[in-house]
Amino acid sequence: MKKVITMEQALDHIKDGMTIMIGGFLACGSPEKVIDALIEKGVKDLTIIGNDTGFVDRGIGKLVVSGQAKKVIVSHIGTNKETGRLMNEGKLEVVLVPQGTLAEQVRSGGAGLGGVLTPIGIGTPVAEGKDHLIIDGKTFLLEKALKADVALIFGSKVDEKGNVYYHESTRNFNPLMATAAEVVIVEAEELVKVGELDPHLIMTPSLFVNYIVKA
Amino acid sequence: MDAKEIIARRVAKEFNDGDVVNLGIGLPTLVPNFIDEGVEIILHSENGFTGIGPAPEADQVDLNLVNAGGMPVTIMPGGVFFDSAMSFTIIRGGHLDATVLGALQVDEEGNLANWMIPGKLVPGMGGAMDLVGGAKKVIVAMTHTAKGEIKILKKCTLPLTGAKKVSKIITEMGVMDVTPQGLVLVEYNTDYTIDEIQLATEAKLIISDQIKAMI
Repeated sequence: MKKVITMEQALDHIKDGMTIMIGGFLACGSPEKVIDALIEKGVKDLTIIGNDTGFVDRGIGKLVVSGQAKKVIVSHIGTNKETGRLMNEGKLEVVLVPQGTLAEQVRSGGAGLGGVLTPIGIGTPVAEGKDHLIIDGKTFLLEKALKADVALIFGSKVDEKGNVYYHESTRNFNPLMATAAEVVIVEAEELVKVGELDPHLIMTPSLFVNYIVKA
Repeated sequence: MDAKEIIARRVAKEFNDGDVVNLGIGLPTLVPNFIDEGVEIILHSENGFTGIGPAPEADQVDLNLVNAGGMPVTIMPGGVFFDSAMSFTIIRGGHLDATVLGALQVDEEGNLANWMIPGKLVPGMGGAMDLVGGAKKVIVAMTHTAKGEIKILKKCTLPLTGAKKVSKIITEMGVMDVTPQGLVLVEYNTDYTIDEIQLATEAKLIISDQIKAMI
């Protein structure tokens, strides 16, 4: 199966109203080229799941500024003033989630689990409206799994089968999101031949990856 | 010595050799400058690595290697990169010896508020709820008041980051342990009288029998 496709072909998989996961942490390890192409294409009403809304000119934040997001599920919006402004004007729904909870929601979505039980958030606004379960005398919140229609991830080195290596701190949410979406598209910073990546160092097995676009 | 340096110097005494520590953004990042020789701590960065090193020279900046504030850093020998799920397994799972973070408000029950001011400022919690809920020791390091406005209260009025999780409060005026009886002043900066410290604090301070000068 040929996974390396053009940006145009990749964008065909992303439609109005979809839920998409986008890797990166304050734009470090975000698929910037795919984000730029999405903005050019103008897909709208997206629900975006990511660690944060980056900056006005970098990372997920660009899709907030362009008005293509109707909802974001993130842990932090403080570095992008447009997110706060659109939220206050009622033009963007913002769901704030503790970062470790978000990681586990995505991980459980990809792992076939219904969610996780976490003590984080108890006694804070995060816990409002959520089920509290007592397990062996300790209280936990039930946080449901998250899944997406499409995951957009960024790989530092990707082989033509879709095996991915992430360099330094670009890894963050990328390998988790690669497991939790119907269609996974990886933006390859460097595309290499099959066999060039040491199997010990592959962080996302190719079976999770549907398509590859060259950055 | 300015207030921030006094605080950072005192926080640096809290750690044992080999401790794994997460430092929040701002004042806490000054702490490594004052760690005693012979004490090696492992700094954890919640975006996905241990072994945070100093900021790089301008010509050595690597945008794939940033801290949780998005600022370029380096990694120390022995440091390790990982994904966000592993990062928060370390935090929540009882593997992080201490976290040091600032506060908008903290109270005598050990409640902490530092992630939002309703209607004014909503940056989001990022990893703070997980850090406060998961670290073995939660140290609040901050100036005693916000330009005269009292921050150490009987009861926090802002939405909480974590309920009853703070272990210790360190300010330029003194060191307070959070106990079931309330805040115990265990050390004080002799530039102030105990009355002056109480006046800058809404919570009633219990003066330790063994109170000593802040080192």
